[in-house]
Amino acid sequence: MEIHDVSDELEIKVKKYQRGEGADLESLKDKKLKGQLANKEDLFKKSANAAAKAEKWLMQTEEGRLEPDGLEKTWRFSQQSIANEVDVASRKNQFDLVLPDLGPYTLDYTSSGRYMVSAGRKGHLTIIDLHTLKPIKDMQVRETVRDVVFLHNEFFFAAAQKKYTYIYNRAGTELHCLKEHGAVLKLQFLKNHFLLSSINKFGHLHYQDITTGQMIGNYRSGLGRSDVLQLNPYNSVLTSGHSGGTVSMWKPTTPAPLVKMLCHRGPVTAIAFHPNGHLMATAGMDKKLKIWDLRKYEAIQTLPGLAKSLDFSQKGMLATSTGSFVQVLAASDSQEYSRYMIHTMAKGYQVNKVLFRPYEDVLGIGHSNGLSSILIPGSGEPNFDSWVANPYETSKQRREKEVRVLLDKLPPESIMLDPTQIGNLRNTKKKEKPKQHEIEAEKAAAIVAAKNVPLKKKTKGRSKPSKVTRKKQEGIELAKRSFVEQNKEDGVMKKKQKRTTDASELPVALQPFVSRKTT
Amino acid sequence: MRVKVISRSADEFTRERSNDLQRVSRNYDPKLRPQEKAVEYVRALNAAKLDKVFSRPFIGAMDGHIDAISSMAKNPSHLKGVFSASMDGDIRLWDIASRKTVCQYPGHQGAVRGLTVSTNGRVLVSCGSDCTVRLWRIPLASGIESDDSSDKSLATYVWKNAFWAVDHQWEGDRFATAGAQVDIWDHNRSQPVNNFEWGNDTVISVRFNPGEPNILATSGSDRSITIYDLRTSSPARKLIMRTKTNSIAWNPMEPMNFTAANENCNCYSFDARKLEEAKCVHKDHVSAVMDIDYSPTGREFVTGSYDRTVRIFQYNGGHSREIYHTKRMQRVFCVKFSCDASYVISGSDDTNLRLWKAKASEQLGVILPRERKKHEYMEAVKNRYKHLPEVKRILRHRHLPKPIYKAGLLRRTMADAEKRKEDRRRAHSSPGSIPSRSLRKNRIIQEIE
Repeated sequence: MEIHDVSDELEIKVKKYQRGEGADLESLKDKKLKGQLANKEDLFKKSANAAAKAEKWLMQTEEGRLEPDGLEKTWRFSQQSIANEVDVASRKNQFDLVLPDLGPYTLDYTSSGRYMVSAGRKGHLTIIDLHTLKPIKDMQVRETVRDVVFLHNEFFFAAAQKKYTYIYNRAGTELHCLKEHGAVLKLQFLKNHFLLSSINKFGHLHYQDITTGQMIGNYRSGLGRSDVLQLNPYNSVLTSGHSGGTVSMWKPTTPAPLVKMLCHRGPVTAIAFHPNGHLMATAGMDKKLKIWDLRKYEAIQTLPGLAKSLDFSQKGMLATSTGSFVQVLAASDSQEYSRYMIHTMAKGYQVNKVLFRPYEDVLGIGHSNGLSSILIPGSGEPNFDSWVANPYETSKQRREKEVRVLLDKLPPESIMLDPTQIGNLRNTKKKEKPKQHEIEAEKAAAIVAAKNVPLKKKTKGRSKPSKVTRKKQEGIELAKRSFVEQNKEDGVMKKKQKRTTDASELPVALQPFVSRKTT
Repeated sequence: MRVKVISRSADEFTRERSNDLQRVSRNYDPKLRPQEKAVEYVRALNAAKLDKVFSRPFIGAMDGHIDAISSMAKNPSHLKGVFSASMDGDIRLWDIASRKTVCQYPGHQGAVRGLTVSTNGRVLVSCGSDCTVRLWRIPLASGIESDDSSDKSLATYVWKNAFWAVDHQWEGDRFATAGAQVDIWDHNRSQPVNNFEWGNDTVISVRFNPGEPNILATSGSDRSITIYDLRTSSPARKLIMRTKTNSIAWNPMEPMNFTAANENCNCYSFDARKLEEAKCVHKDHVSAVMDIDYSPTGREFVTGSYDRTVRIFQYNGGHSREIYHTKRMQRVFCVKFSCDASYVISGSDDTNLRLWKAKASEQLGVILPRERKKHEYMEAVKNRYKHLPEVKRILRHRHLPKPIYKAGLLRRTMADAEKRKEDRRRAHSSPGSIPSRSLRKNRIIQEIE
C-alpha cells in the first residue's frame, strides 16, 4: 500500500510539472515531424520525472498546518493560543502597530515578502523591513493617500495621493509625479509587463509603462466610479468591480472590456484571485460572497456575509474582512471553502485591507488604528525559488535580478485571457461557399455599383446619348457576367450528377429504357 | 492541537563567510512562474535578434596565389593546415590560425586539377593538366621549419592524358585519378595499378567512400555518376542524370549516402544502395554548384557555386541554412569544411582563400561553462519558437546581393510557369496519360547496372 501511495504522489507531482497534455501525434501524416515531436515529448516526460524526483531534496522548508485534536474546530483557536505553541522567531511575525491618528491604513508587500509599504489615509507612508521589523523610511506627505503599491523592487513605490499619483524612492525622494492618471482610487502593478495601472474617481482606467513612461492605455470604463481594482496574477488581466454588480476584465490594448460578468445584485465591494487562475472570489453589498470558476464563468459556491476586502493566499486560503472581523476560509479536499480561522479585533477598529504575506504564514491587516499581522498556519508557500523571489537577497543579486527582469519584460500585447495560447498556431478557417441569397445580394450590389459609375463627358460629339446609354449597359452586363458564369458551372455539375443517379436507381433490365433527354 | 508555522532561519539561506558561494534554493513549481510561455517567447525573440547582431562569419582571407584557386585538400592528421593549388601550378600549405603560407611546392607546369593527402598525413598527391601526378612530402607539424633548400618532391609520374581530379583512399595506400578513365595508383609504382572505364567520356571528379575503403564514386562529362568497387575491378552501377555533376562528397557519418553537386544549381543526395531516386534535393543556388564538402559531423555540408556564394545546407534539408558572400569573392571553385566542424574555407576565382565560421554568430575562443549554458539555452528557446512569424522572419533574414536575389526570383517564376503548364496539360488530357514524377526522380534518366 505504501508503494502505491508513493507512486500516486509521484504521479501527481509529475502531472504538475508536465503542464498539461502532450500533443496529439496520431493524426499527423508527416513522418518526419511526427518523429521530431515524439522525441520532444519524450524529453518533456523525462524532465517532468526528474523535477518530480528532485522535489524531495529541493523542498527544504515544511509548510505550516493547524491540526485540531478530536472534535475541536480549527476556527476556535485564537492568535494567543497559536502564539503559545509556536517558536520565538515566528512569534515576531505577530504584531500590532497602533497608529491611531493617521487614518485607515492600506498596505502592500514586495513579491518576496520581505518589505512592506503602508499608507495611512491622512498621508503617512512607511516602508518596513519585516525581517528586522525596522522602518526603512517613515514620511508624511500631508495629503490624502488612497492607495500604495510597490513597483518591481523595494526601492520604488507608487502612492495615489489626492490629485495625482507619485512615485517615490526607498529614501523618500519623490521621483515622478504622474499627472495623467488623475485622482486615483486604486493602483495595481503588473510585474511582468512593468505596467502601473490605476482606476480613478471617474472610472477611467490607465496603463502606464514605468520603464519608458509611455501611457499604453487610457480607457473609460463607462460604468461610473469604481474603487475595486484587482489583478489576476495568472494572466495579468485587470478586473474592476462596479456599482451595478458587474465585474469587467480589461487588457491594455483594447478599449472595451474582455469580459463583463454580472456577479452581484448590488455594488461589488471586493474581488480576489486564486494563484492558479481559475478561481475568483467576489463580494457584494447583497451580503453574498461568491466563488467563481473562470473557465466556465459560473459560481461554484456562495457564502453569506459582507466583505470589504478579500485576498487569496499562495496556498489557496481566502481571507475576508468586514468591520473589525477577519475570517480565513480554506478549501478542504471537496473544493468547498469553509471557515478555517477567525480573528476579531477590538471594537473600534475598522479593517480596511487584508493581504497575505508571500512565502510566510502571515496575514497583514491594515485598519483604522494602524497595522496588524497575524499567523495563519498553512497559508504560505514554504519553498521559494531564488531566481523568482528571494527574501534573503543581497544587493548584488537584487541588481542582477532587476536587469534580468527588464530583459524579459513582456510587451503589453501579450496579455490575454488564456496565457497558454502563446506559441500556438491559429486554426485556419475553411472558406465556406456563400449561400444563394448572399450571392444574390452581392449581385444586386454589383449592379447598383455599375449603374452609379459616373461616365466622363466627352467632347467633339463622342458623348451622344445613345453612346452613353450603350456604355452604361455594357458595364451592367459585365457586372452580371461573373455571376452568370459561376451559376452556370454549378448548374452543369448538378445536372451531371442528376443524370447518373437517375440511371443507377433502376434495376438492370430497365436501364436501357431510361430517357437520355435532359430534364 | 498541533500547530506548525513556516519558520526559516537566516543561517540556512545566507552564506557564512564572504568567500563562500551564495546559497540558492530552487522550486520548479510552475505555479510560481505565471505567464512562462510569454517570457519564453520574449527570450526567443531577443535570442534571434542577438543572433543577427553577433553574426560576423568572415574571419579573413589568405592572400598569396596569383591565379584562380583550382583545388584544395585538408590533412586529416593536422587540424591547422590546408593545401591549395591554383591554375598556374602553384601549390601552397597554409596555416589557418595565422593565415600565412607555411611552404610552397613548385613544380607543376600547368593548372593543378586535384590535390589530396595520404592516409597517414605525410604525403601530398597532386595531379594536373600537364599529364603528371606528383607526390610531395608534408613537413611535420611539430615545428621543423620548412626550408626551401630541401627537396620536398617525392616522385613525379608522367602518364598519357591530362588529369581532372585525384582522391586518396581513407584507409590504405591507393589513390585514384580521373582523366580519360579512372586510374588506380600505388605510391611506389610509376604506372597505374588498375584502371576502370565505362563509356568514352572524361571523368571529371572522383571520391573514395569513408566507410568502405574500396568503393569510389566518380562523375563524368556524360552526365553520369558511376560507382566502382576496387575488389571486383569492375564498375558497379551507373546513374545518368539530365545535367553534369561537378563534384561528389560522401557523408562521413553515414557512408552509404553521398551528395552530388550538379550543374543545374541543385545538389542531390543519394543512397548508394538505391540510386533510382534521390533521397533529397537541395535547392538554393542560382548557378552551377562547383564543389561540395561534408562536415565531419555528417549533419551539414558546404557548397560553393559559380554564382559567387558559399552555402551551408542541412544533410536532410531542402534549403540552405546559411549563405556567405562578399563583394570581392568571385566564382567559388572549391570549398572545404574544417576537420573540427567550426570553419569553412572557400577558394575562388579571385586568387584568395577565405576563412569563414560555420556558425555565423558563434563565439570563438575559450567559452566559460556559464556562457556555454546560456548559448545552449538561447539555441533551445529559439528552436522552440522558430515557427512563429516574428521569430521566423528575423532568423530567416539574409542580405543577398541584388543579382543573386533577382536570379532567384527569376528561377522561381520560371519553375512556377513550368509547373502551371504541366498542370494544365495534365488537366486537359485523359487522366493518367501524363504521370506526375517527383522532383527526386525527375532528374534521373536511367540507372544502369
